Amino acid sequence: MPAALDDFLWTYQSLIASLGVNGLLALSMYVVLAIGQLSLGQAAFMGVGAYASALLSLHTGLPFPLELAAAMLIPAAFALAIGAPTLRLSGVYLALATIGLGELLRIFLIQSDFTGGALGLSGIPAKAGFTLIYGCLAAATLALMLITRSRIGRAMEAIREDETAAAVSGVDLPRYKMTALVVSAMLAGLAGALNAHASSFIGPNDYGFDAAVTILSYALLGGVGSPFGSLAGALVLTLLPEILRPLQDFRLVVNGAIIVVAVLYMPHGLIPWRPLRIGARP
Amino acid sequence: MLLQQIINGIVAGSAYALFALGFTLTFGVLKIVNLTYGFYFSAGAYLALFATLHGAPITLALPFAAIAAGFIAVFLDSALLSRLRRQQAPELASLMVTLGATLFLYTGMTALIGSEIQRFPLGLIESAPFRFNGASISLTQIAIVMTAGLLAAGLIGVLRATRTGLAMRAMAENPQAGELMGIDTGAIMRRVSFLCGAIAGASGVLIGLEHNAITPYMGETMALKGFAVIILGGLGDVGGALIAGLLIGLLEALTAGYISSIYKDAVGFLLLVLTLWARPFGLFGRASVRRA
Repeated sequence: MPAALDDFLWTYQSLIASLGVNGLLALSMYVVLAIGQLSLGQAAFMGVGAYASALLSLHTGLPFPLELAAAMLIPAAFALAIGAPTLRLSGVYLALATIGLGELLRIFLIQSDFTGGALGLSGIPAKAGFTLIYGCLAAATLALMLITRSRIGRAMEAIREDETAAAVSGVDLPRYKMTALVVSAMLAGLAGALNAHASSFIGPNDYGFDAAVTILSYALLGGVGSPFGSLAGALVLTLLPEILRPLQDFRLVVNGAIIVVAVLYMPHGLIPWRPLRIGARP
Repeated sequence: MLLQQIINGIVAGSAYALFALGFTLTFGVLKIVNLTYGFYFSAGAYLALFATLHGAPITLALPFAAIAAGFIAVFLDSALLSRLRRQQAPELASLMVTLGATLFLYTGMTALIGSEIQRFPLGLIESAPFRFNGASISLTQIAIVMTAGLLAAGLIGVLRATRTGLAMRAMAENPQAGELMGIDTGAIMRRVSFLCGAIAGASGVLIGLEHNAITPYMGETMALKGFAVIILGGLGDVGGALIAGLLIGLLEALTAGYISSIYKDAVGFLLLVLTLWARPFGLFGRASVRRA
C-alpha cells in the first residue's frame, strides 16, 4: 500500500468507519421506508446489536462471525415483538411504539451494572476493519438492489404507493411489512456491532431520539426510490460537518432542517431515479 | 406511606394527562401526530421563566406563556403542515416533518440558551406543603391536579356543547364533508392548534414549577410519556387521555414505592406495548378498520 494512502486511512480511520456504518444504517431505514412504514427504532436496534456483540466479545471467546449473527438476531427478536401488534394497524402506531423503544433501552442500559451503566463499555477489541465494514455494506447494497429489482421489490413499491390496492392485488401485507421490519432491525444491529468493534467504546446515550432521527434524515435526504439514494444521504450528512467545520455544533439542527425540507419540497430526495426492473425494457 | 404514594401517583398522572389532552386533541381533530407538541411544553416553561426573571408574578407569567406557546403552535402548524394538507399527503409525511422540526427546534434551542438546568426565582409560589395523616401535597401539585380535571371537563364540554366543538367533531369525522357543509376548516385548525399549544405551554409552566428544573429537552421526556398516554386512552379521546394519564401515574408511583424506582420509567412503555397487543384502539376505543 502506498505510504500516502496509508497515512490518509490512518488519519481518517474513524470517519471512514462511520461512513460505512452510517451507510448500513441508512439502508436499514430504507428497507422500512420502502414499504411506506416509519420505524424510529433503528437507533435502538443498533444499540441492542452493539451491546450484544460487545458483551459477547468482552466475556466470551465466541468467533466474531457468530457474535455478528447474535447482533443481528437479537434486534430481530425485538422487531418481531414490536411489529406483531403494530403492523396490523396504521403506520402511526409503529412509529409511536418504536420511538419509546430507544428510551426504554437507555433506561435499562444506565441502570444495569452488567452493561457498564452510564459509563458504557470500553476496551472492545477492534475486530471490525474497513474490509469487513465495507464488505458488509457492499453485500447489503447488492442484496437490496437485487430485491428492489425483483417481484418482491415491485410488491414493496405497490404497498408504499397504495396499501389497499396492493392488498387487493394479492400482496400479503402483514408478511411484507414484518419481513421488512425484521430485516431492517438486523441491518441496524449489524451496523451497531461493527461500530462497537471499530470505535472500541459504546455508551448508553448513543442510541436515543437524536440518533433515530439522524438515521431517518439520511434516508429522506437521499430518497427512498432506490438503496443508492439512502446511501448517498448518509454519505452527504456524514461528510458535511467534516468539510464545513463551523457546522459541527449545529449538525443536528441541520439534520432536522433537512428532514423538513426533504419531506415538504423534495419528496423524492437527492437520487430520485428508480432502478429498472429485472426483465423490463429500458 | 401508601397514601403518599397514591398522592404522588395522582399528581404525576394529572401532569401526564394535562400534557396529553392537547396531544390527543391534535390527533383527534387534525388527524396528525404532531411531534412538535413536546416543544411547546419546553417553550412554555422557558417563556414563563423569562417573564418571572423580569419580575412578573406567576399569575401573569402562566397565561403569558400559554398564549405565546399557542401562537407558536399556530405558526409552526401553518409553516409545516398546511402544504402537506393541500397535497393530501400520507399521514406519515406529516409525522416525519414534525419529527425533523422537533430535532431542529430542540437542538436550536439548546445551542441558543444552553442545556443547563434553570430554575424559577425563589418564593414565586408558596412552597410549604400541606400535611395530613403523614402525607403531604404542595400548592403546585394541587394546581396541576385541578387544572387537569377542569381542562378535561372543559374540553369535553366545548366538544359536545358548542358550535365550534361540533365543527371540530365534524372535521375529525370527515374534513371534506365538513368544508362542504360550510365549516371554515382553516379557522378551526388554527383554533385547535392554538388551544393545543396553550395547553402544552401551560402544562410546561406547571410541571416546570413542580420539578423546579427547566431544560430544553424536558418536552421530549414528557412527549415519550405522552405517547403512552394517548395510545392507552385511545388516539383522539380526551376523556380516555385523562384516565390513562392517571392510570400510568399511579402505576409508576406504586412501582417506584413497592418494586423499584429503576423500573418506574419503563411502566408507560410496557403499558403501551400491552395496549397495542390487547386493545390497539385504546382502553375505551372502538376499532375503525378501513377495508378495501
